[in-house]
Amino acid sequence: MAIKNKYVQISPEEFDRNFADIHPPLTPNAAVIEASRCLFCFDAPCTIACPTHIDVPKFIKKIATRNLRGSARTILEANILGASCSKVCPVEVLCEGACVMNHHNEKPIQIALLQRHAMDWAHDHQFQPFVPGTANGKKVACIGGGPASLACAAELAQLGYAVTIFERKPLAGGLNTYGIAEYKLTPEDALREVESVRKLGVKFECKVEIGGQSSSGKLDSIPNPTLRSVSLQSLERDFDAIFVGIGLGDTTDLEVPGEHLEGVVDALTFIEDYKTKRTKCKVGRRVAVIGAGNTAIDAATAAVRLGVPEVRMVYRRSEAEMPAFAYEYELAKGDGVIFNWRTQPVKIHGKKAVEKLECVSMRLGKPDKTGRRRPEPVPRSKFFIECDMVIKSLGQTKHDDFLKAVPLLKRSRDGRVLVDEKTCQTSNPKFFAGGDCVNGGREVVDAVADGKKAAHGIETWIRRNG
Amino acid sequence: MADLSVTFAKTIKSPNPFWLASAPPTNSGFQVMRAFDAGWGGAVWKTIGEPIVNTTSRYSSIDYNGVRMMGLNNIELITDRPIEDNLREIYEVKKRFPHHAVIASLMVDSKRETWHDIVKRTEDAGADGLELNFGCPHGMSERGMGSAVGQVPEYCEMITAWVKEVARTPVLIKLTPNVTNIALIGRAARKGGADGLSAINTFNSITSIDLDDLAPRPKVSGKSAHGGYCGPAVKPIALNMVHTLNADPEIRIPVSGIGGIATWQDAAEFILLGCSSVQVCTAVMHYGFRIVEDMIDGLSNWMDEKGFKTLDDFRGASIARLEDWGNLDLNYKIIASIDPEKCIGCDLCHIACWDAAHQCIHIEGEGREAPTRVEKESAMNFLAPPAHHPLHVHEPVLHSRGITTRYVGLSGNGRQGQAPPPTTSLHSSTEDAPPALRSNRVPYVDEEECVGCNLCWLVCPVDSCITMKEVRTGLPFESFNDRTKRLAKVSTCEPPST
Ligand SMILES: Cc1cc2nc3c(=O)[nH]c(=O)nc-3n(C[C@H](O)[C@H](O)[C@H](O)COP(=O)(O)OP(=O)(O)OC[C@H]3O[C@@H](n4cnc5c(N)ncnc54)[C@H](O)[C@@H]3O)c2cc1C
Ligand SMILES: Cc1cc2nc3c(=O)[nH]c(=O)nc-3n(C[C@H](O)[C@H](O)[C@H](O)COP(=O)(O)O)c2cc1C
Ligand code: SF4
Ligand code: SF4
Ligand code: SF4
Repeated sequence: MAIKNKYVQISPEEFDRNFADIHPPLTPNAAVIEASRCLFCFDAPCTIACPTHIDVPKFIKKIATRNLRGSARTILEANILGASCSKVCPVEVLCEGACVMNHHNEKPIQIALLQRHAMDWAHDHQFQPFVPGTANGKKVACIGGGPASLACAAELAQLGYAVTIFERKPLAGGLNTYGIAEYKLTPEDALREVESVRKLGVKFECKVEIGGQSSSGKLDSIPNPTLRSVSLQSLERDFDAIFVGIGLGDTTDLEVPGEHLEGVVDALTFIEDYKTKRTKCKVGRRVAVIGAGNTAIDAATAAVRLGVPEVRMVYRRSEAEMPAFAYEYELAKGDGVIFNWRTQPVKIHGKKAVEKLECVSMRLGKPDKTGRRRPEPVPRSKFFIECDMVIKSLGQTKHDDFLKAVPLLKRSRDGRVLVDEKTCQTSNPKFFAGGDCVNGGREVVDAVADGKKAAHGIETWIRRNG
Repeated sequence: MADLSVTFAKTIKSPNPFWLASAPPTNSGFQVMRAFDAGWGGAVWKTIGEPIVNTTSRYSSIDYNGVRMMGLNNIELITDRPIEDNLREIYEVKKRFPHHAVIASLMVDSKRETWHDIVKRTEDAGADGLELNFGCPHGMSERGMGSAVGQVPEYCEMITAWVKEVARTPVLIKLTPNVTNIALIGRAARKGGADGLSAINTFNSITSIDLDDLAPRPKVSGKSAHGGYCGPAVKPIALNMVHTLNADPEIRIPVSGIGGIATWQDAAEFILLGCSSVQVCTAVMHYGFRIVEDMIDGLSNWMDEKGFKTLDDFRGASIARLEDWGNLDLNYKIIASIDPEKCIGCDLCHIACWDAAHQCIHIEGEGREAPTRVEKESAMNFLAPPAHHPLHVHEPVLHSRGITTRYVGLSGNGRQGQAPPPTTSLHSSTEDAPPALRSNRVPYVDEEECVGCNLCWLVCPVDSCITMKEVRTGLPFESFNDRTKRLAKVSTCEPPST
């Protein structure tokens, strides 16, 4: 993308410093002390709150006795992506939020950092607790190489299935590789976990798109000569079951004039860009992020860290309605991000590239069906925000084209794949699904939980059907 | 402010009861003077005798839950410095600190002349008293000194008597805890003429073994020796030994209490059990001399609160509160009571009571009544838990490595908020029930069944969340001894045995 003013650029050293680990690891002794604080609750609420139900007190007590091998195994048995989860999980609303210590007027046990401690040990010692199961002659395809598919594949491989993961990107890992804020998880971290799944005998076919437009003759929207496409039909023919872990699609459009201007970019592309190109990613001097979800925050904080002097977030409702987690908001505030509340962009101005954003002020009217008060424009409140880069972050679309092509697949009104809650089986019995494409966009750990559940769903279904 | 001063065995005076025990902190005049500057009231010099050679390393310790040195072990011997140097420094310390207590700890060969000689030289140097080290459990005992003397009442009495033949200052005997009945040694020391006792020295111990190279610690070139154990871990045992000595009618000489003392509370407890002063080693080795500041301040504040003007006002006040078990009231009853406002829902009391006590703390939502005793007993087939209780149900979970189980709650009505009921209808997982947290984790006590053992109260992490409340039984005091007497009288088959 071209930008009117001069680009901001930082040095590789600055990049490393700015994007350094936001939660540095515990030292071995600090880990023992923290682990010793855990009460070892009966029927522990932290375990119940973790979507993958890691036995938290169990792995924590093992850290207290420096039994890190046992601790790592406890974690990985429940959650094959235990390492990335320890870095990316929004624990304040998950395990740590449920910790009884919150009622004790004390800080909750730092479960994620302890989990990371055990996972770091596992990495340093190349601890690979699982082995492929005895081959049972059955084949499963996983579409998408994100957390949901990785978890599903790892579980199936241990049960003896021959699993192939099809991923259209050059690297597997899904948003773990391309989407999570760099200061939480690096692509190297994400790929490490991909490797551990590969070691279980799972095959990865990257740069392969299943179904969709490219398979129907037209090439992908981004012309990519190396992208191969495989039809759904051939998949159905070659595999005994199919897991759909395709996540969500592109960022929703703003649908305002000027959206095509240079310097307008969607958040996912921007994040993928800086994570892969690092200092070579080009950013403007005045950046406006539109939206106030967690992804919008990630884009804003990344822009700050890339050296942008002025970063603002533009949101049509108020602080109280913002969908981002409270601590993500705190992070953005701490980074010096400016907030334009109750502001609706209506047009992007510029000759060739973005120059300014035309906005109107909003006020909050009656609650809509989500319970949030519906914003409505204030008459004659037009104003301009000078900027040379606009990052769109209004949530992601569903992979409608792909999903429509799956025969008999039932979806919710908002486009999510409907599944049986216990088995993750869809209305087409051969297809199972999990992760963002089912829950509409939650967390990595939810995708892992789904993948695991689906694997057992597949196992039960295939056994029952011979 | 309370008067903390001490007069020990008539002539040893110190501004407060806090003395440094004979150990590395009292190795030199330089250290002892700094300690007195910091506020310590007295010091028992690191044991003087023919200088020895120490090993490296010498110490090892037990950490507990991330806290260092809950227990300390050492294989160090007595001083490695020449007798003359120690004596000269004692002289200098006494000159600069005439009102502090300086006591010389001594250990020499078990020969009458040798003891006479060292006693005279030490007293000439100006020490306020002597402490005979009959307690060191390692190294010296193998040479017929230390606990080799302290474990045999006759030797203990004999050497004490030798020393008393020439001593002009009070003579304290430092006792080893590595005996079956410490009172016998205390009585022997008394018979030999001792003016006071110091108790206790360290316990024989092996602290730990390095699980990498299998060598016990502390390691001396891959090997170790049993060493002396001390620090907070030993305090309860020390208190018991000190009580035994102070409650013994045949001893009746002042005791300087030692063993795991680190705070003013510890010190107050030793004094309540009759000690005239206290001695500290490990806590100083851990934190330095400055810990005495709060010891003095805390003890004095507590005394002010309690209205104690001097240490004598409460010394020994708890001795008579320890009874033989047979004299305790069998009709006294307490039961646990949980404050739901304070409870944080860890359910440790529930599982502790369930697994390790009397199965009488339940969690609401079990939907069942507590069992009666009869039901409980009739259900005792040693296989099933009491039939009346809901069972903890574990659901089999299929894993790639086989089948394991996952805790799903209780049978019967099930706990509130347990995992949502299974469904086969298709629906999106965002419509799932929120994480299956039990709505109520606050347990309740079955008051009929509670035996008042204290376990739940001990495990509860929240201060005063569980209290043990007295229940009026309406029955008069009756001890086990009373009861056996009463039953013996009623019994018609057997005459009471005498
Ligand atoms: C910017 C951002 C930040 C986030 N931060 C966090 C965080 O901090 N913590 C957290 O827990 N969660 C976070 N999330 C959410 C988390 O990343 C997702 O919930 C999770 O990755 C979902 O996993 P998934 O496997 O369902 O989908 P994805 O990770 O999206 O993986 C789907 C994969 O399928 C591929 N694919 C799609 N269609 C096809 C096809 N037709 N053929 C082949 N391949 C296909 C895609 O290329 C992609 O790699 C964040 C999400 C975003 C967007
Ligand atoms: C390293 C070390 C050396 C010791 N040396 C002596 C000694 O030379 N003479 C002696 O009577 N006691 C010696 N002791 C025992 C202490 O004086 C004291 O009795 C014991 O440590 C218990 O007290 P505490 O729990 O406060 O440490 C030593 C203890 C330690 C830890
Ligand atoms: S996976 Fe995430 S939610 Fe689960 S225990 Fe670990 S950090 Fe907590
Ligand atoms: S809730 Fe907190 S204290 Fe209890 S087991 Fe979990 S981490 Fe430990
Ligand atoms: S141990 Fe205390 S805090 Fe925990 S559940 Fe029992 S009463 Fe509540």
